[in-house]
Amino acid sequence: MTGPLAGILGGPPPQAPPRRSEVGRNLVATLALAVVLGMAAHVIELRPLELVRDVGNIGVFLKGYLRPSFGNIGEYSWQCVVTVCIALWGTLVALAISIPLGLLGARNLSPHPVVYFLARRTMDVLRAVNEFVFALMFVTAVGLGPFAGMLALGIHTGGVLGKLLSETVEGIDPGQAEGVTAVGAGRLHVIAFGVVPQVLPNFLSYVLLRFESDIRSAAVIGMVGGGGIGFYLWDTIRSFKDGEAATVILLIVAMVMCTDIMSARIRRAAI
Amino acid sequence: MSAATSPVVILERVSRRFGSQAALDRVSACIRPGEFVAVIGRSGAGKTTLLRCLSRAIVPTDGVVRMGGQDLRPLAGRALRAHRARVGVIYQQFNLVKRLRVLDNVLIGRLPHVRGWRGYAALLGFFERGQRDIALACLDHVGLVARTWQRTDTLSGGEQQRVAIAKLLAQEPQLILGDEPVASLDVANGALVMETLRRIASAAGLTVISTLHHVEYARRYADRVLGLRAGRLVFDGAARDLDDAAIREIFGALPEAGTDDLELTPLPEPALVTG
Repeated sequence: MTGPLAGILGGPPPQAPPRRSEVGRNLVATLALAVVLGMAAHVIELRPLELVRDVGNIGVFLKGYLRPSFGNIGEYSWQCVVTVCIALWGTLVALAISIPLGLLGARNLSPHPVVYFLARRTMDVLRAVNEFVFALMFVTAVGLGPFAGMLALGIHTGGVLGKLLSETVEGIDPGQAEGVTAVGAGRLHVIAFGVVPQVLPNFLSYVLLRFESDIRSAAVIGMVGGGGIGFYLWDTIRSFKDGEAATVILLIVAMVMCTDIMSARIRRAAI
Repeated sequence: MSAATSPVVILERVSRRFGSQAALDRVSACIRPGEFVAVIGRSGAGKTTLLRCLSRAIVPTDGVVRMGGQDLRPLAGRALRAHRARVGVIYQQFNLVKRLRVLDNVLIGRLPHVRGWRGYAALLGFFERGQRDIALACLDHVGLVARTWQRTDTLSGGEQQRVAIAKLLAQEPQLILGDEPVASLDVANGALVMETLRRIASAAGLTVISTLHHVEYARRYADRVLGLRAGRLVFDGAARDLDDAAIREIFGALPEAGTDDLELTPLPEPALVTG
């Protein structure tokens, strides 16, 4: 060192305390990961050469899709509207489920460890069961149609949003909430004034993301009888009406793109 | 607002342990209504622990804290909220809800005074006109009415602490606790906040018990000083009796350069700002 601080920091460098080498640990971790990936490749029958060899078959399959037929486009468009409605109400039902569950399932807000545990496990179950399984269940209860699909989406998404909400609540700045608790406000007031303002921007963002995801799910939930465009997707593919199927797929892509653009706008405006 | 006379605060051999560490060790004191009490000591001497025992954020492991004759230990639920409502707390980090507007933060101070169905209306942000008028009057008292509709985190630190004082006024407490209320403010704002607290306290006859990082603040604004060292009360006397011997007793050896003890540098030296 030669600068003005040389007088202070000069002299021989001190001996740093010994540090354990991490090379061995990293090597073991890398090898373990490689072994797991190799075994997984075997399990899923990963054979890239077959993909290269038979890639032409996909072309044969796709040929029929190159000429979309627009004969039924009116009905398909209406089913897209139905799909959006399923997603809208599904997200609303999800909100009604996720807000109480998410608040009770946040460690720093839950009134009792047992309540916390129950809320967390309920959300786990709702998330673990796929919306298609829920749809099959609700079809037996309320019959085929969009109502069953909406319920299935709402309940599954309720578990997802509840989990996200509880994690967001656990990440709040406790000082801001303490400022409300300390004046002697009741529990609901602490939530409304100390917690909600802190979690609102993130939670709104999550809700919009899940709404986009619900649109995509709603577009296929008709396959299991949940109403919407999904029924026609399944029907046209299964009966080899390639032109019709192409139209349905085009409409779904357009619908998903539109909702993504719109929700991005809402997010920008609101947050 | 009604002028409230503060309850007598009595500490009887109050101890508080965290694990094997004694943060407070048999502290006894009687604080008369209207006293302005500064609690000083090094970091970790137990100042904040003492304050948290008074706000009933924590319960002493031993000893009794009485406020107006009431033992704080058994308080729970509604009674605990009533205790919190009569004790106003002002923090180093202000503890305002940053994304709310200034007026909303002051209205939070009114929450314990909103009862019945109006409480549910308040959940949605609806307050009676009378409550809003009180909140506005409190904002006016600290000279921040112009900021009413601004988001709180757009204000400077000094302004936020004044909003916190407006919130404190709106709460109509019978006693004020300060947890390093000026430690994160510059000299001018710190003095302004201390003077406002002092004025409010003497006008309404309110007790103020505040930890203060800086001895000079204690000398200038407090009537009485409690000095803590390693959890024990080593000084209890009038602020004017806080001489060098007393300071050595509280802080140990006079601090050297390079330690974290800025408490002894005189105000308003720039040394405070570097802290």
